[in-house]
Amino acid sequence: MAAGNRRRPTLAVWKFASCDGCQLQLLNCEDELIPLSGAVEIAYFPEATRAVVEGPYDVSLVEGSITTPEDLERIQRVRDVSGRLITIGACATTGGIQALRNFADVAEFRSVVYAHPEYVATLERSTGIAEHVRVDFELRGCPIDKSQLLEVLAAELQGRRPRVATHSVCFECKARGNVCVTVAHGTPCLGPVTQAGCGALCPTFGRGCYGCFGPQDSPNTASMARVLGRHGMDEPQIVRLYRTFNAAAEAFREESERHEGHGTRAHGGTS
Amino acid sequence: MTHRLTDGGRVLRVGSLARVEGEGAMHISYRDGEVEDVQLRIYEPPRFYEAFLRGRSYNEPPDITARICGICPVAYQTSACWAVERACGVTVPEEVRAMRRLLYCGEWIESHALHVFLLHAPDFLGYDGAIEMAADHPDVVQRGLRLKKAGNELMTVVGGRSVHPVNVRLGGFYRWPDRARLRGLLPVLESALEDALATVHLVAGFEVPDFEQPYEYLALRAELGYPIETGTVVTSSGEDFAVEAFPERILEHHLAHSNALHATLAGHDSPYVVGPLARYTLNSDRLSSTAKAAAAAAGLGPECRNPFRSIVVRAVELVEAVSESLRIIADWPGEAPSYVEVPPRAGVGCGASEAPRGVLFHRYELDGAGLITDARIVPPTSQNQAAVEADLRRMAADWADLDDHALQHVCEQAIRNYDPCISCATHFLDLTVDRT
Repeated sequence: MAAGNRRRPTLAVWKFASCDGCQLQLLNCEDELIPLSGAVEIAYFPEATRAVVEGPYDVSLVEGSITTPEDLERIQRVRDVSGRLITIGACATTGGIQALRNFADVAEFRSVVYAHPEYVATLERSTGIAEHVRVDFELRGCPIDKSQLLEVLAAELQGRRPRVATHSVCFECKARGNVCVTVAHGTPCLGPVTQAGCGALCPTFGRGCYGCFGPQDSPNTASMARVLGRHGMDEPQIVRLYRTFNAAAEAFREESERHEGHGTRAHGGTS
Repeated sequence: MTHRLTDGGRVLRVGSLARVEGEGAMHISYRDGEVEDVQLRIYEPPRFYEAFLRGRSYNEPPDITARICGICPVAYQTSACWAVERACGVTVPEEVRAMRRLLYCGEWIESHALHVFLLHAPDFLGYDGAIEMAADHPDVVQRGLRLKKAGNELMTVVGGRSVHPVNVRLGGFYRWPDRARLRGLLPVLESALEDALATVHLVAGFEVPDFEQPYEYLALRAELGYPIETGTVVTSSGEDFAVEAFPERILEHHLAHSNALHATLAGHDSPYVVGPLARYTLNSDRLSSTAKAAAAAAGLGPECRNPFRSIVVRAVELVEAVSESLRIIADWPGEAPSYVEVPPRAGVGCGASEAPRGVLFHRYELDGAGLITDARIVPPTSQNQAAVEADLRRMAADWADLDDHALQHVCEQAIRNYDPCISCATHFLDLTVDRT
């Protein structure tokens, strides 16, 4: 980022296929929003303002996945006008929940939802941004955590790497003093293979982690699957657990495919 | 962007609507001074929720459908829970219903504060957005942010986080919120009530165009209180039907011109409206005494048919949601188990709740193993599509003499009156425009 310049660095927020929840986390920084708008110039953020400052932009935050022919081209233009490009959330990083189409027949999906499927232009797969352009940092989560978002923005302003842990949720769970839901109650939990960042929210509420921050940096997904099996999950349940908001993340996708075809179908089908 | 055509026609295009949740565009064309065509175009990509829910487990819709909308995830979680519980023949205890209402109040506060202050008020005060507005009206923006934060704090205490809460499950909640943290919200909510009352006062003074809607209004109505988390369906022409009848009474049309699924009420040709105006008009007698007094002071009668005054109704609903939160927390016993078991069975179930933008309907069919064989979701924004376009058509005709800039501004404002959530609507809507 343009350190040393007197002008404020410019920030742009872009949206592709998504629920808006990750950019909402920026607006959810109620205490920091006004000070932030003093430190950076919010130059393009259509969900918040009609005003548009022309690019190029020092930093772009990108929410959402690529699912249409138009968006394949638009992401190239976004890359062209962005100094640094940061993806925010599971959709932009791994394709999101809509990447469940990657495991199914899109033509059939279209006809399930639309009376006139011929009107709908969509790609066969939902993909993260890094499959198409260079990405400078990927912030995980469905949704992202707002403290992590502020850390990433602060790091950009200071020209350093963000301090975002890539280890498992278990570290956060221990730090909170939680009793392990799997060990104590036999509750299936993806915490050991999932990246930290949420603050171990689900185990804190007595439920197993469902992996919304995607795979941690060295996930042993196969061993995890055996533990899930020992705690009563059958093969289709294991497939579904790995296939939610980060279904197309490589480690989760590969493990889910290893369990497919054993037992009943996991999803899709022609019922 | 506006083009004046050589034959005297005129086309107004706004390629990317700002301050709406999601991606939409507006297109108005005139020929010989008459409005020729009006479209609210949706180019947000489709995400196929109903398709990939097939074959998923019956306990997954609350978490999966929350991801349709980051601004109203609790609405999705709540309608999904009611529908699946109904399919499985389970009724939840009163404490679960009360906690659902409390969590939902948090979402109303967060979502309404976002819309009133950050998305809508800049139209009335003449700014591009709230950040620009903050330079001249810091107190107004700070009040909005405080209210929004109070809603988010409530959702965080009850649900774990405000975007895609984790504590909701079929049959209730994984764990009751911590009692001390719940009571710790009381002072936050008491000052939020003052902020909400000041908000009603502020927005009641906004200048609005004279504009009356003739449309049918549709909302839920509950046995007790203002409709939030549950109710049966009522309309302004006196219809009253169970949520289960929704699929027969609401007809959806996939039109080529705007590629929106337009909804109509069976037996009616004109559009119908869901959301704050409909809820208020059909339930103003059910508001708490505090909210009733605020509505009266703001000059609202028992019904409100001017969409530009929806911001006043949203402010009154902020008062209602904060008052309800205070009441529920003060009365909270927290003694029953936090959930009841919901064993799967083959069946069909429907559920509806009042999302901040209006009625949100879910329907699921389950097989005997608890896998979903069919899912249907009708979000509020797609129900309001036809009314938005009808409003725009009338405004474009009434105000054809405005210059382009002023016309664009009033039309954008007319769209924001509905607080459209395009992300919600878009799991139905496609992005191609086929006008042949």
